[in-house]
Amino acid sequence: MRALRLCGRLVAAVLLAGALAACASIPPGAGSNPADPWEVYNRNVFEFNDGVDRAVLKPIAQAYEAVVNEDIRGCINNAFLNLLEPVNAINNLLQGKPVAAASDLCRLAINSTLGIAGCLDIAAKIGLQRSNEDFGQTLGRWGLQPGPYFVLPLLGPSSVRDTFGRLFDFLGTDPIWYIQDVPVRNSLVGARLVDTRASLLPAEKVLEAAALDRYQFVRDAFLQFRRNLVYDGNPPRLADPEEDDADEAPAPKQPAAGQPAADQPKPAATR
Amino acid sequence: MSYRTLVTSLALAALIGGGMAHGQAVQAQGVASASMSAPDALVKSLSEDVLASIRKDPTLQSGDIARLNGLVDEKILPYVNFEKMTRLAVGRGWRDASPEQRQALTREFRSLLVRTYAGAVSAAKDYQVQMKPFRAEPSETDVTVRTQAVPSRGDPIQLDYRLEKTAAGWKIYDVNVLGVWLVENYRNTFAGEINRGGIDGLIKSLTERNKALEGKAS
Repeated sequence: MRALRLCGRLVAAVLLAGALAACASIPPGAGSNPADPWEVYNRNVFEFNDGVDRAVLKPIAQAYEAVVNEDIRGCINNAFLNLLEPVNAINNLLQGKPVAAASDLCRLAINSTLGIAGCLDIAAKIGLQRSNEDFGQTLGRWGLQPGPYFVLPLLGPSSVRDTFGRLFDFLGTDPIWYIQDVPVRNSLVGARLVDTRASLLPAEKVLEAAALDRYQFVRDAFLQFRRNLVYDGNPPRLADPEEDDADEAPAPKQPAAGQPAADQPKPAATR
Repeated sequence: MSYRTLVTSLALAALIGGGMAHGQAVQAQGVASASMSAPDALVKSLSEDVLASIRKDPTLQSGDIARLNGLVDEKILPYVNFEKMTRLAVGRGWRDASPEQRQALTREFRSLLVRTYAGAVSAAKDYQVQMKPFRAEPSETDVTVRTQAVPSRGDPIQLDYRLEKTAAGWKIYDVNVLGVWLVENYRNTFAGEINRGGIDGLIKSLTERNKALEGKAS
């Protein structure tokens, strides 16, 4: 009972930390991007997630990085990814790629034994590269479009399609949820979260530097990244809407400073 | 799983042309002649050349901006069309920009990319570059060269380049890290800035961003 009360307090603290941060500044024109009609909601949840992260998850991940040796962290990361090989195999099969599915299972067999419970990626050394598959990608392969961008509370960027995909991964294929011993399972889920977060730490600095607007930068990268995964790294090239002769034309003599800001892109009248 | 890879990829988005180790010695003829030959040969020798520079220079590895700008000017700039990169990212607004505004946009965008690059350069020495099969008709003037950066531990990272043939040889104008094209990723943000504050508003945002990063670094 006491433990339950403690847990309740912890959850309340986490949510409060998020809520305190969640006063996202919403730029004018939010939601006008067809890929992100729910931008106002998404920005708020993005801020909330960021608040929770800064208050709870990131400090834990930093402590983990400071205390645990790099080799051991690499081993733990490999072990968690090894657990996901069945997810890769099932989805490769569903996408009509039996050879890739066989490779995933072979990786699972080799790395779980010779690789010491997945600690070492021996299979990669003999040329079997790790796949990165999930049910969201399978749905995409089957022709389903991602639909609106959708930031999930605590879980981060997603789309409508990928949210259904995650649900399927969670309910059906992710082995960690099949572990019957609840304390063991929950400890592993927590450890996996810390492992994932720690692996993001080096990237964060770059993200902070690169993005004028972190929300947009993460969103647009996520959407491109998922599309690339659906096509296994070789998506058809999108038409470059701005690349035409008009853009090569010399600049107008009059500076365009102080032009009225248009909410909608101007029609290409000069073409 | 996917989000982890994504953010890792963003870090590596900064590894434009560089950051990729290769065990083999840089070919003796260097990069200069390569820009006149095949685009894949250019990407290969440029990657190896930049990487060799990073590996032998601890100041560069620490992300020193002045040193990094020197490297970009000397090794990378001749083979990258920053103006085209900026024009594509700015999109429609480019047509309305004066020559001075275009120069300012290109300068500030380049500065932002170099500063971003600085954050990832220290990790670069642990990577090796592998070329993927490249096929293009000799008549083609716009190609995609596909490579992957292989870390000493962990999964390889997709790293592709778009190049355009110009009178001065092949020039890189876009980079893709794990499926995320650099130009595409800035397009919405830039369009939003222009909608709110015009071209000058975008220039101002970029300049302020660079100043803020400068302040942080020192």
